[in-house]
Amino acid sequence: MTNATLSLHEKDQSKMPLEYTTEEGDLRIFGFWIFLAAELVLFGTLFGTYLVLQSHTAGGPTAKDLFEIGPVMAETIILLMSSFTCGLSTIELRRHNKKGLIGWMSVTILLGLVFIGLEANEFYTYAVHEGAPLSRSAFLSGFFVLLGTHGAHVSLGIVWIIGILLQLGKRGITPVTARKAFMAGLYWHFLDVVWIFIFTAVYLTGLVI
Amino acid sequence: MKKLKTHIKSMLLLLAAPMLTLLAGCSDKIAVLNPQGPVARSQYHLIIWSLIMMSLVLAIVLILFVYVLARYGRKKSSGYDPEDTGNRKLEIIWMIVPVVICVLLAVPTVKTLFSLSNPPKATAMESKTAGKTLTIDVTSVQWKWLFRYPDQKIETVNYVVIPAGTPVKFRLHAYDAMNAFWVPELGGQQYTMTDMPMKLWLQADKPGNYDGRSSNYSGKSFAQMTFKVMARSAADFDSWVQAVKSNKPVLTHEKYMELLKPNTVKSQTFSSYPELVSKDFNKAQMEALMNGESVETDKMNNMDMDNENNGEGGHGHND
Amino acid sequence: MIDSIKSFMGWFFVTGDPMIYGADASIALASIGIVAVLTYFKKWKWLWEEWLTSVDHKKIGIMYIIAALLMLFRGGVDALMMRTQLTLPNMHFLDAEHYNQVFTTHGTIMIIFVAMPFIFGLMNIAVPLQIGARDVAYPFLNALSFWLFFVGAMLFNLSFVIGGSPDAGWSSYAPYAGAEMNPGVGQNYYLLGVQISGIGSLATGINFLVTILKMRAPGMTLFKMPMFTWSILITSVIVVFAFPAFTVALALMTIDRLFGAHFFTIAAGGSPMLWANLFWFWGHPEVYIVLLPVFGIFSEVIATFAHKTLFGYAVMVWSMVAISLLSFITWLHHFFTMGNTAPVNAFFSISTMLIAIPTGVKIFNWLFTLNKGRIQFTTPMLWALAFIPNFTIGGVTGVMLAMAPADYQYHNSYFLVAHFHSTLIAGTVFGIFCGLHYWWPKMFGYLLDETKGKWSFWIFMISFNICFMPMYFLGLMGMTRRMYTYPAGLGWTPINVVMTIGAFGMGAGFILMAYNIIWSAMHGKKDATGDPWNGRTLEWATASPAAEYNFARIPHVSERDPFIAAKEGRKSGNAASVQRYAPIHMPNNTGIPVIMALLMFVAGFGCVFEWYWMAIPGAIGVIACMIARSFVYNDHYYISVEEIKRTESATGRLS
Repeated sequence: MTNATLSLHEKDQSKMPLEYTTEEGDLRIFGFWIFLAAELVLFGTLFGTYLVLQSHTAGGPTAKDLFEIGPVMAETIILLMSSFTCGLSTIELRRHNKKGLIGWMSVTILLGLVFIGLEANEFYTYAVHEGAPLSRSAFLSGFFVLLGTHGAHVSLGIVWIIGILLQLGKRGITPVTARKAFMAGLYWHFLDVVWIFIFTAVYLTGLVI
Repeated sequence: MKKLKTHIKSMLLLLAAPMLTLLAGCSDKIAVLNPQGPVARSQYHLIIWSLIMMSLVLAIVLILFVYVLARYGRKKSSGYDPEDTGNRKLEIIWMIVPVVICVLLAVPTVKTLFSLSNPPKATAMESKTAGKTLTIDVTSVQWKWLFRYPDQKIETVNYVVIPAGTPVKFRLHAYDAMNAFWVPELGGQQYTMTDMPMKLWLQADKPGNYDGRSSNYSGKSFAQMTFKVMARSAADFDSWVQAVKSNKPVLTHEKYMELLKPNTVKSQTFSSYPELVSKDFNKAQMEALMNGESVETDKMNNMDMDNENNGEGGHGHND
Repeated sequence: MIDSIKSFMGWFFVTGDPMIYGADASIALASIGIVAVLTYFKKWKWLWEEWLTSVDHKKIGIMYIIAALLMLFRGGVDALMMRTQLTLPNMHFLDAEHYNQVFTTHGTIMIIFVAMPFIFGLMNIAVPLQIGARDVAYPFLNALSFWLFFVGAMLFNLSFVIGGSPDAGWSSYAPYAGAEMNPGVGQNYYLLGVQISGIGSLATGINFLVTILKMRAPGMTLFKMPMFTWSILITSVIVVFAFPAFTVALALMTIDRLFGAHFFTIAAGGSPMLWANLFWFWGHPEVYIVLLPVFGIFSEVIATFAHKTLFGYAVMVWSMVAISLLSFITWLHHFFTMGNTAPVNAFFSISTMLIAIPTGVKIFNWLFTLNKGRIQFTTPMLWALAFIPNFTIGGVTGVMLAMAPADYQYHNSYFLVAHFHSTLIAGTVFGIFCGLHYWWPKMFGYLLDETKGKWSFWIFMISFNICFMPMYFLGLMGMTRRMYTYPAGLGWTPINVVMTIGAFGMGAGFILMAYNIIWSAMHGKKDATGDPWNGRTLEWATASPAAEYNFARIPHVSERDPFIAAKEGRKSGNAASVQRYAPIHMPNNTGIPVIMALLMFVAGFGCVFEWYWMAIPGAIGVIACMIARSFVYNDHYYISVEEIKRTESATGRLS
């Protein structure tokens, strides 16, 4: 694993972000980008599926019947805010400010939790009160699985970030913890981008068409 | 290394022998190479054309292969040149040649493709079906074939009678599993699906019986899911229809529901069918109907690919 | 009480067929035998410490290959059972249900549990060594990938004795594969088993992409990489972009079957066509996932035994890039007959034909590598040479199938079956056998016997032709795939008899190869130099088998084929010798991958039977393993200079 170390030593380490200073950090962050590319294909496939099945409501509720702009806007704003605070945490990471990093990351996951709560409530409303569970029609299957996959990613992200916060608390900002915090940030922003697409392709088009 | 040469020779012989004997011996047994209608014939021409081109490619590769091995496979071969690592000119040649071959294959492919979506030219002359087309609705059910004649209002199971020389439009549906409708001597296949009706034009040159079968696996008795296509002269076809209408039993609702169960049945003939049959409900819709629910049809079910003028084959031109 | 237990057992275990009882008995006996041998020789600790917890890419590669060979045996037995049943019309060797299960497991096992893991095994062994690296980018993830594949394969195979095998074909077309027409657990086994191993494959793709892009020896630019490494780089890209689509497709069908969703059902607006699209959007690139690596292997072997540098290196690379791009825009050719409009079919016909161009270019470049060479007919070389004509036949019939109107006549017939076996056997199987013989000394330190190897080659290769050449004609005669029997009088019988003879010949060739492996393990020629073939690339610069750390010093590379350059006294590969040894940083062994994969198995098995009391704890266990791993900081150690010197001098490499 050390063959690239040479080339890294040659570069000026002091100008590099901490998470890139070790060869391992560099490798893992690069790999994480590729993982995100695979995730993009995964969500792309789910989007494609949803768009194909959108009109297949089988006589059940349509997007227009179900969606309400209020809760969706709330979810969107909260998730975008969490993306912003996540960005702030990366700035604190660059400043090597442990307290700031932990603080903003905590705010991020709190917002994430609120988002999950709102989404769970939305799902519950649809499935139980509106008579529109996943088994009602192909449209609803596509809807629940696309949004559910996103929600599951956010939830997993929350668990992951909690783990990173514990490690940051114990070890402070090291090349390893810095790399983990940075990768979690990438992941979080990625999920926000996916949400933007969900907001447009699922909710906005659903409300209009 | 003489041994190797003989090895290669015997290998080549081994490759070629079964092909030659088969091609020479029993081409009438090879259904695809024995076309009995214009659709199968146009596909046959395409197949033969591609076979010629591909044999050419294969021959070039084999000749080079044998030459190189025979020339440089000996223990004391001369001409070893480790510096021979590339040749721009040659590489460009063997990039252009396949491109040319692809073009030579692509042009007839696309032409045939577009022509196949139109009905073949009718050849029957002598009767009232002359110049017209016949429509037959085909439904695949695990593991049988239902044929409905919407104009004649009769129904057959596991066999279908068509007038020779008349283009027949098969509209394909599936009741449950996906199958494929294939009569190799008359032309290539199409899938039958629950959520999209499909269309296949076939035509037989002359009276005869042709084997058809499902070619897409659909479960336990898939292997038995065969049918006969009986091409008759137009006059014989008309009298057959009359005979069916006067002699054969009625397809009742109960009998129809019986047919929709997954099993195999013998050939059957019915002089009429209930209205329900012509709705082409799939299994889910039929079950909903039986449960007294409303049968909704999605956009997909109405998405008929059938957008040409019936029998005319051409779209309107704005000249 | 006893009655209910009895009825549960009758439902849980597959019963009623002597073959199943035979399988039950042999599985039980084999398991008892393995446990007994390990206990008697006190090898449990050795097994755990040296193999199960290993993160060494070479050991993981060997485990992949062992598992793939076992699966090849099972898939081969499936094939022979099918051929036996079809030898004569109206045979009763297998009934319809059994036959349907057998062709489903044959296809799934051969593609997912033989071709891919065999290739993953070979690339694990060769790629890090070829690029002068000490391991892959993520050794932990690599071990996890292997164990996920392994438990996925075990879960799938368990269906034979517990619950019942899937029977919807390896392509599992909806709606037949849906819960309504296909109740029972068989299809669940397919979905979960393939899904679990698919996650491992995706991880492998990411791992090797990063390894090759980031961990090459100094001086090895992309265009100085060995061709096998190039092929794996491109394959990894395909894996990363194709597998997520399959993950989604499998997940959606699982949700359909387990939770009553309507993605692919007939009812409630589901779209069976969507499955075909998603499946083949992965499925066609998958074909190239198992073909491009063997193109790489053939390139290495042909160059080595023609004693020449590969002809037209850059064109070879770019043609693989072209194939990989085209592989994503051809998936629809698997269902030309699904009612597409003429322009759509025309597009996919042409895009498919275009693949023939880069593939043809590669064939000619191989031929011209041989040209003006000094060809040496070793066993690996025979496999590579046989590939050229046999694969060309598969290739040209592929072009014929690409012509949509003609495909209406070939589709789902034995013509198609013959075509993809011509490519997958003459390509992938010849390729993995070629790679197996070629890298065997690197894996184990001794060579496979050449005479037996050549015999097994000739028997297998000739039998392959006897089996599959007549099959094209059978397809043109109208016999379709997946028929469990056929009536007499159609003229199909003679061809079927010949094919069965060929199939058993291939089985004999494989048995001889297996015998060769056992014989050579006891009497095989030792490979003392580490370079038995006069190799050209860096893996032959190491000892056989390579030391744990691969290279005591990281080599410097200045040209293609660096090892031959070093042997001929040129600079490349030598520069490192002026450096001193330094302690080597290595990853620790870890039990987490195997435990995590076992928990995944538990979760998967629970899902198969819809036993959520079992599935949910299993899934929680998997997440717990991930968290536990995140808290492991002490995950590496250093090999001291003294130990390096000891190891190097033992193989006579101390300088």
